[in-house]
Amino acid sequence: MASDKVQAIDDAAFTTVISSDVPCLVDFWAPWCGPCKAIGPVIEDLAEEYKGKVTILKMNVDDNPATPGKYGIRAIPTLILFKSGEIVDQITGAVGKKQLVDLISKAL
Amino acid sequence: MKKNHYALIILGSGPAGLSAGLYAARARIDHLLIEKGAAGGQVLLTDWVDNYPGFPDGLSGFELIEKMEAQARRFGLNTLTANVVSTDLSQTTKSLTLEDGSQLTCQALIICTGARPQRLEVPGEIELTGKGVSYCATCDAPFYRDMHVAVVGGGNTAVQEAGHLTKFASRVTLIHRRDTLRATKIVQEKAFANKKIDFIWNSQVTGIEGEKGVERIQLRDNDGHETTLAVDGIFILIGVIPNSEMLPLALLKAEYGGFIPTDNETRTAIPGVMAAGDIRSKEMRQIVNAAGEGATAVLAAEQYLNHLTL
Repeated sequence: MASDKVQAIDDAAFTTVISSDVPCLVDFWAPWCGPCKAIGPVIEDLAEEYKGKVTILKMNVDDNPATPGKYGIRAIPTLILFKSGEIVDQITGAVGKKQLVDLISKAL
Repeated sequence: MKKNHYALIILGSGPAGLSAGLYAARARIDHLLIEKGAAGGQVLLTDWVDNYPGFPDGLSGFELIEKMEAQARRFGLNTLTANVVSTDLSQTTKSLTLEDGSQLTCQALIICTGARPQRLEVPGEIELTGKGVSYCATCDAPFYRDMHVAVVGGGNTAVQEAGHLTKFASRVTLIHRRDTLRATKIVQEKAFANKKIDFIWNSQVTGIEGEKGVERIQLRDNDGHETTLAVDGIFILIGVIPNSEMLPLALLKAEYGGFIPTDNETRTAIPGVMAAGDIRSKEMRQIVNAAGEGATAVLAAEQYLNHLTL
């Protein structure tokens, strides 16, 4: 979501960042997507709560078509959890905080 | 200090909740509006709103919500972002339990929790959600540039969003289980005039298939003939189910799977509990109704609160 509290990532930096053994949750979003806006505050909270333990990032799919294409993303918001470059799990839609906490726990 | 009791709690931040919030804030009622995420509700799934009075050129669902929220905030709308998991409405003081286990209490409650898209309940649907199965054309249409997508449904949402999809997709096939559309005439006329939309009548989707994403769907017509249609995506827009899991449905005399009946003043079967917007048991689910009901509910809440203090 478009917020300064969650760091943005682009196609160029993507592979390097997700290769880390620190788990990484990427929020694929776009400015025209209402549910992406709805989930924004939850992502911000999580970024704060998991600081140092999980890297939480956002990718604007309008500006970065390569990565969503590579991962077959055809709906947003989609959140993908990575660890050491591999997908741990993913979730689509404006889900609640508990579902995202459950998702993140799979990589901890 | 954090307060945990309010005269009025408004549950939900779609058009009904924001309208209730506006009226409550302007009436200087001690209130809290609880929203799940950012403000919105199902309006956010709408590409374009052409029937909300006062906006002659129309506007996006997103913009409308932003304006409603800004208007309520101008009068001091008080909000909390939290997920309410259960409610105890059996006493005069109503109690709401949040996901973190904490509780909030209030004298009057306005339920504006809305509804969410209904699933088809067919094989492949859950597995391929986000990989070609979508419930939000506004969100996901741009992923289908020059592709072929199916839209399931015959109501306003399905027919209008089929039109929106043609801005991106090269072909949109609308699949409906009857031989006529339920959508408003003007919406139908637009769809019939759109050369990129074709129709499959009297048919239901029985399965969704694909390896990494949706590749084809299985159809069965009303005579039992089965066919396969190759598509890159399927948008399921067949109606809504109520967000009422956190409510005492028996006490509220809920009907049709969780919608809440009220009187004309939005009062439910429980004194001091009002319901407004899509969660209400009613025929017409439009933004303008939701907003109107939100305002009505605040008046009913105010009357109830005044009566309590007499």
